[in-house]
Amino acid sequence: MSTDNDLFPVDEATLARLHARLERDADTAGILDVAYRTVDSPVGPLLLAATPEGLVRVAYEREGFDAVVQTLSDRISPRILEAPQRLDAAARELEEYFAGTRHTFDLPLDHRLSSGFRQTVQAALPSIEYGRTLSYGQVAALVGNPKAVRAVGTACATNPLPVVVPCHRVLRSDGSLGGYVGGADAKSALLTLEAA
Amino acid sequence: MNTTIPFEQAITQHGATVLRVCRAVLGPGADAEDAWSETFVAALAAWPDLDPDTNVEAWLVRVARRKAIDVTRARARHAVPTDDVPDRPSNVGRPDGHDLDLWRAVAALPERQRLAVAYHYLGGLPHTETAELIGGRPDAVRRAAADGVRSLRRAFAAADAQEGASR
Repeated sequence: MSTDNDLFPVDEATLARLHARLERDADTAGILDVAYRTVDSPVGPLLLAATPEGLVRVAYEREGFDAVVQTLSDRISPRILEAPQRLDAAARELEEYFAGTRHTFDLPLDHRLSSGFRQTVQAALPSIEYGRTLSYGQVAALVGNPKAVRAVGTACATNPLPVVVPCHRVLRSDGSLGGYVGGADAKSALLTLEAA
Repeated sequence: MNTTIPFEQAITQHGATVLRVCRAVLGPGADAEDAWSETFVAALAAWPDLDPDTNVEAWLVRVARRKAIDVTRARARHAVPTDDVPDRPSNVGRPDGHDLDLWRAVAALPERQRLAVAYHYLGGLPHTETAELIGGRPDAVRRAAADGVRSLRRAFAAADAQEGASR
């Protein structure tokens, strides 16, 4: 059974308005488990997602936004909507960060996408100050497990909140960049921004 | 692990179909938009528990039918007789021009044709299920949907021809 789109048109503006109304109604009813939006940045488009507890995911475009949304749906809840309002504060702080006027993020974070040692490492990363860097080994020592250098590397590579949780401030001990979820160019762009 | 698709995808895929059904049942105004909204709020609430094998569009159309009935009942409860008949309906929140004419033509169809067009032709429900929802025999529902669509096509072919001729 096919519908006849020419005979029965519905305009995009109406659907957009209804979508916005649904975002508000769902939030009010307490059934908007995950809200997401995309923002432009000097390191390319970023997807931001939040639960009612806080920012839960920052993703680079190279990760594939559709795949990221599907993973959020699978791992947190399929009650997921593109609903920009919950991300207003995060979008504003990121804009200030990329403008160079913000050095620390002041946002509630939801760390549920990582656990165990990875979460311990990620929780420690914000203690590396803006404009400073540490080696993977130094971070391992910082969290009291100096031999866990490779595990620190994995924790950085799987950081669900890049930029906001500054895994880009962790380098190889020889000073070379090391890997980054957003790619080497993005990592060096962030470090250059913070060195300015 | 839950294999349900993200709800946002369900809106992208089926939002327009549900709006067509609501407009065909309730007319192209605020009632249809209320029914659409209530349909998707209810669907979002139930979404994590939905069987992954469910035909999502048919399920949404059935929810929309229940919400359309709720909206109709609420409107009947709140209707107050008045001597002051408004000159014309507001265009706020309405499709405009040609689109609005189409939805007015749908509203003017005989009720059984209109509901058969809504649930069977636009909503994609099988004519047997549509017959259970709106009453009557399945073959009569199929005929009513076909008759309704034919008379809409005729009306719009005539209108387009006239419009073309006057250009």
